[in-house]
Amino acid sequence: MVSGLTISERQRSMAVLIVLAVIGLVMAAAGANRADPMQAHGFLVLLFSLGVLCFVLNGYFEPEPSATRLTSYYDDPSKAGIVIAMLWAVFGMFIGDWVAWLLAFPDMTFDAAWSSFGRLRPAHTTGVIFGFGGNALIATSFHVMQRTSRARLPDQFSPWFVLIGYNLFCLLAVSGYFLGITQSKEYAEPEWYADIWLVIVWVTYLVLYLRTLARRKEPHIYVANWYYLAFILVVAILHVVNNLAVPASFAGAKSYSLFSGVQDAMTQWWYGHNAVAFFLTAGFLGMMYYYLPKRAGRPIYSYRMSIIGFWGITFFYMWAGSHHLHYTALPQWVQTLGMTFSVMLLVPSWIAAANALLTLNGAWDKVRDDATLRFMMMAAIFYGLSTFEGSFMAIRSVNALSHYTDWTIGHVHAGAMGWVALITFGSIYAVVPWLWKRERMYSPVLVEAHFWLALAGTLIYVFAMWNSGIIQGLMWRTYNDSGTLTYSFLDSMVAMHPYYVARAIGGLLFLIGAIVGCYNIWMTIRRPSGASALTDDALLPANLQPAE
Amino acid sequence: MAIGERDPHSGHMTTGHEWNGIKELNTPVPKAVWLFLIVTVIFSIGYWLLMPAWPLGRTYTRGLLDNDQKEIVAKRVSAAAQGRSAWTQRIAAMSYDQIRADPALMAYVREDGHRLFGDNCAACHGMNATGNAGFPNLTDRDWLWGGTPEAIAHTIAVGVNSPASKDTRVSQMMAFGKDGILDNDAVLAVADYVKTLSEPSWAKGKAASVAKGREVFAANCAVCHGDQGRGNPQVGAPDLTDRTWLYGGDIDAIYTTIYTGRQGEMPAWEHRLDPVDRKILTVFLLDKGGKP
Repeated sequence: MVSGLTISERQRSMAVLIVLAVIGLVMAAAGANRADPMQAHGFLVLLFSLGVLCFVLNGYFEPEPSATRLTSYYDDPSKAGIVIAMLWAVFGMFIGDWVAWLLAFPDMTFDAAWSSFGRLRPAHTTGVIFGFGGNALIATSFHVMQRTSRARLPDQFSPWFVLIGYNLFCLLAVSGYFLGITQSKEYAEPEWYADIWLVIVWVTYLVLYLRTLARRKEPHIYVANWYYLAFILVVAILHVVNNLAVPASFAGAKSYSLFSGVQDAMTQWWYGHNAVAFFLTAGFLGMMYYYLPKRAGRPIYSYRMSIIGFWGITFFYMWAGSHHLHYTALPQWVQTLGMTFSVMLLVPSWIAAANALLTLNGAWDKVRDDATLRFMMMAAIFYGLSTFEGSFMAIRSVNALSHYTDWTIGHVHAGAMGWVALITFGSIYAVVPWLWKRERMYSPVLVEAHFWLALAGTLIYVFAMWNSGIIQGLMWRTYNDSGTLTYSFLDSMVAMHPYYVARAIGGLLFLIGAIVGCYNIWMTIRRPSGASALTDDALLPANLQPAE
Repeated sequence: MAIGERDPHSGHMTTGHEWNGIKELNTPVPKAVWLFLIVTVIFSIGYWLLMPAWPLGRTYTRGLLDNDQKEIVAKRVSAAAQGRSAWTQRIAAMSYDQIRADPALMAYVREDGHRLFGDNCAACHGMNATGNAGFPNLTDRDWLWGGTPEAIAHTIAVGVNSPASKDTRVSQMMAFGKDGILDNDAVLAVADYVKTLSEPSWAKGKAASVAKGREVFAANCAVCHGDQGRGNPQVGAPDLTDRTWLYGGDIDAIYTTIYTGRQGEMPAWEHRLDPVDRKILTVFLLDKGGKP
């Protein structure tokens, strides 16, 4: 991989890594001086940079890549990103299923702080959302952007900086939870120094994307790129605003948010909901808009629906965050706006889902025969289902029943497992043979097995949580003749137990599916390239816009 | 200007754009989509007219229905309290015996007591009030601090070793071994003796140890637990002659108790639950313990 970098890029990489190693050393020293947990993170940064530095040094004296590289796309970072995404998937889903069993059997953990529920849970959410989802988005965005722009990435250093830097952020985040470092903001737990690092990485990502788009050879920007760009741009804004904080000391991990009280809650859920919108929806819609028509071999059903869907989703989503705070200290008028914009959001969301499913018209025989395409089809269905559910749950009177119950957990997992993970697995199964120039995946049977494991796992999970959530909601609002609540909270806990066991089994199936997928991808990579290798590149390399 | 072509399957024209082989049809947006978009927008505008919706500087549009979630919840809470007061007033006014003799009132106590107990007490004492290691069983009629209604009500109000109440019940069993008050042989001996109080057969073959333990007991333990080891509800000292054990009755558990001492804690509820709720809980517990 280092052999793909020019000598000057290798030098630039080493310079960045040495600076990073020094920063790690300073953090470690500062943390050690105050016996602060930042010490451990300093060592993590130091070891991480030295590890990557060794890797670069190892390949430093290899010959420079030839100029012919400029006539083909640069896919090494995409390949690495997909492998890393699958590793995060197994880690995140394993922690998730452990937490699921822990909720059913509270003793299923170690007698240690790191293994308490409060630390495992963010390790799960960060592992799957940012580790698995984020890496898959970065890897596929590089792949899609180059092909739909017919332009090679502008250089070879930036994509690696984005990918490796992003994974350093993920490692700081997850290791921080186990060490007890957290801002206690849901999906924005990492502390100030990790947040600053992500800003640097993310701005590089945005600039890289814009540089490639600016050099595109196609006159129009394809819809997948609208979505990827919205994802990158808005996540940058969300991340910066919600993480505005004052460190208690530059030599310590702790910081205090700039917001307090109900403003803090509103900012947090403006961030939280738009993270769902622009990380877990827009980014993955970008993925869907490329891999689904490509795999189906069909044109997008409607260009006009793409436009309405995109602008509707980006406009309406921005307002919807306050529906997370119904019946709270948040002023009622803000709740009203959150609710009504969530209702209006349904139509653009369904336009996107319908556009995907209608694109399959003329290719339904492929959906039947090809599990990869079926992954994507099922993802579009779950996208439609969970966006309907989301708009429905945003209605105040529905929320009165659903809020704080497992229904919410069921809803997010219909989205996370059914939509995000299925579209990602489908896209990965499509792109792996293309990237590694193989005829097909190592085992189509295992793809089929993964599909059914994932679907069964999702359905069991979601149905268990729907049942459990609605029962909880009803138990919490049932009054008896004496004018008092019929059930104590513990009564509802006892009633949840069978559903928690079912949920953990569903999660286990999903995890096994991901492991099967890892094996299949690994074997595909290891298998020698056949003569009839697949490619998704429709145009001759000569037609490509070379690097800057 | 890109030239579209006709898609043979759908019959629609493409837009003429192509990205790495992906084309797009120029299919018109279905009428149903416009319809639903309009319906959701009209619904939203209607909702904005009726409910608090848009900010106006320091105030906001209040809506035609004059709906205010804070007023609504305050009204509902007071209405619920009023409905409940029909029987809670009688609870407040009546004596414990009178309440227990009134089947209609007891039905309310059992319903409400279940919820009160579940939300406040069950985390330690268990869903069925049968206790856990270190947390007494409340159904066995064996009361550490006295089993009269007044004594139970007082325990609930002030708790045990609770920093939240200045009148709290205080119970400190010293760490006789850890703090060096007794040497290890003495702790072993008194453990044997205590064991014989509820299980005389334990003395078999341990005559010397039990005899020594009896002396140690008289000098160190009898102050609280009584000469006969029958306990003292004034200081929450358990009866050691029965088979009820708070921290376990096997010889190892008894040894540990004597060695490290015990300072259990129960929260005071006088600031968290109102007097009627505490009275309901008291009657609920008397009822759980069965008839005397």
